[in-house]
Amino acid sequence: MNWSRVVTVARTDLRQLAQAKDFWMPMTILGSFFFVLIPAVLLLTVTRIGDVNAVGKISETLEVLPEAAKSQIRGATPEGQTGYALAVFLFAPVAVIVPLTISTAVGASTIVGERERGTGEFLAHSPASATEIYVGKLIASLVPGYLTVVVGFSLYSVLVNLTVGPSVGGWFFPTAQWWIMILWVLPPFLAICLSFVLRLSARVNSTAAAQQASGLISLPLIMIAYSQATGILFGAGSLPFFVGGVAWVLAGLSLTRGVRSVTRARLLGVADGT
Amino acid sequence: MDHARVDQTNQPPPPADPTKMVATVANVDKRFGKVQALKRLNIDVPRAKITVLLGPNGAGKTTAIRMITGAMTPDSGAVQVFGGDPGGAEGEDIRRRCGVVSAKPSLYDRLSGRDNLRYAAELYDLGRGSAVDARILEAAAQFGIEDALDQQVGGYSTGMKTRLALARSILHDPDLLLLDEPTSGLDPESAQSVLAMVREMTERGRTVLLCTHLLLEAEGLADEMVVVQDGTTLMWGDPEELARRYWPHPEVEIAAAPGEDLGAVVDMPGVIDVAAADGGLRVVMESPAVIGDVVQRLALDGISIRSVVPFKPSLEDLYFSIRREYQIDQTGAAGDPLWDRVRLESSVAGAPR
Repeated sequence: MNWSRVVTVARTDLRQLAQAKDFWMPMTILGSFFFVLIPAVLLLTVTRIGDVNAVGKISETLEVLPEAAKSQIRGATPEGQTGYALAVFLFAPVAVIVPLTISTAVGASTIVGERERGTGEFLAHSPASATEIYVGKLIASLVPGYLTVVVGFSLYSVLVNLTVGPSVGGWFFPTAQWWIMILWVLPPFLAICLSFVLRLSARVNSTAAAQQASGLISLPLIMIAYSQATGILFGAGSLPFFVGGVAWVLAGLSLTRGVRSVTRARLLGVADGT
Repeated sequence: MDHARVDQTNQPPPPADPTKMVATVANVDKRFGKVQALKRLNIDVPRAKITVLLGPNGAGKTTAIRMITGAMTPDSGAVQVFGGDPGGAEGEDIRRRCGVVSAKPSLYDRLSGRDNLRYAAELYDLGRGSAVDARILEAAAQFGIEDALDQQVGGYSTGMKTRLALARSILHDPDLLLLDEPTSGLDPESAQSVLAMVREMTERGRTVLLCTHLLLEAEGLADEMVVVQDGTTLMWGDPEELARRYWPHPEVEIAAAPGEDLGAVVDMPGVIDVAAADGGLRVVMESPAVIGDVVQRLALDGISIRSVVPFKPSLEDLYFSIRREYQIDQTGAAGDPLWDRVRLESSVAGAPR
């Protein structure tokens, strides 16, 4: 495989995405909403406004957390403990849902989009192999999702440390579990999801159809990723490493199988061999 | 050309000399679902020549190009390009030596013209840097698109897109240029410059396969002609030799003054056939020497001759003759809506007649 061509395909796709304000504006708003706006409102309500009723109710709900999770909660006051629990446990799904949504949206249109625009013809006649095109497109779909994680996670970290930190004895975020989730668990889930989405994108006839079908496929995956992420944050020990390890193996298998979905005939939009 | 013939027998064509051929498509079949796109298609593309693939829309011209680059593989038959199989392990090298202009420009609308060319340069292993940028500028200038390189392609006119696609196809100085309707959407001046570029490419030793349904475009350009219909090769060879096959005898159009009777020509020695023509007669003769005799006899009979014009069959005449022969062979009758459509398209494009 010629990695220079892979990078070229990925870079060109990303460059086009950067030009597509109609895509990244809504996605930026979505990320801001989940990573900054909602956490800011909730955490400020708990730690600064000091709404006793709200704190009391949230504290009650925290009773359902597993013992392993409850034992990790820091803070001397009810506000501090509630803020800590919200910051560390409640927003875990956000780190999963937003990047998966963004990557799915990009991946769904990546191959069928070439066909719809007629540019698949150019790629089909080019020296680039189907594998190089597939991997380039995979990277181009992964990058926006993971970039969202990095930027959103950074902003979220600053936000929770500024709002909750003073109540729990200083900067505490990210916790070890969050690091594991972001660096070890989330990437393979993104890859598994994209391996399915790219396969769909290569097979369907329109971007709209790809997005509809991707939603159906990625939703269960998002749910699995959500539950695993939550479990990892609640649990401890070697569970996160195990979950991540299994996810990496599945991702490797799924991606390898996905390579076959991209063919020159599909880039051209013809059913070769059928 | 020794292999000019009508391919209606479904017999394998005579083997082409591999040293002279850049590409050969031999008895290729291709089916898409229930549609038989190619049926025993045969094409030879000789080195440093312009081969024109002529046929109506849907004849299989685009599929033939896709076979040659290995973008598609045949169901049966064989394709060889630069001595290798484009659908096999040599495919990457073969595609690197080909430049393709598709029927649609196949450009990235969100990118600038320059970025489109850079993308192609990198995929074709030219790399990046100032040398490549200079080459991009040179290729763009060849088609007069250099001033628009920094504009987004989405804002280009159809003609500009075609010119950019042409610039992209020659960027890596390909040995084989495959052009699928390259002048569609171009104004006559730009179309002429494209055809001039095509000729220049072959003068520099490059090989060109040009698909078109515009006879005017192929006229005077084709070193070799391949006529296809319904995915089948009807005939191929040097256009002049093909013309000699269909018009083995000299023909002239004789026009007389109004009221004059040219009927005596029918019985003159050396005259094979006579048909009515615009304002006179078209006369088929045994040899060019007969022309002088006929004119002299008419003058002696006191007939005032206005003009004697040798009939030189155009590519269009040849094309329609080949197709008519094929059609009669297939159906046993003349008259076909598709035929009329091609005639209309060629006349819209300004083809003669």
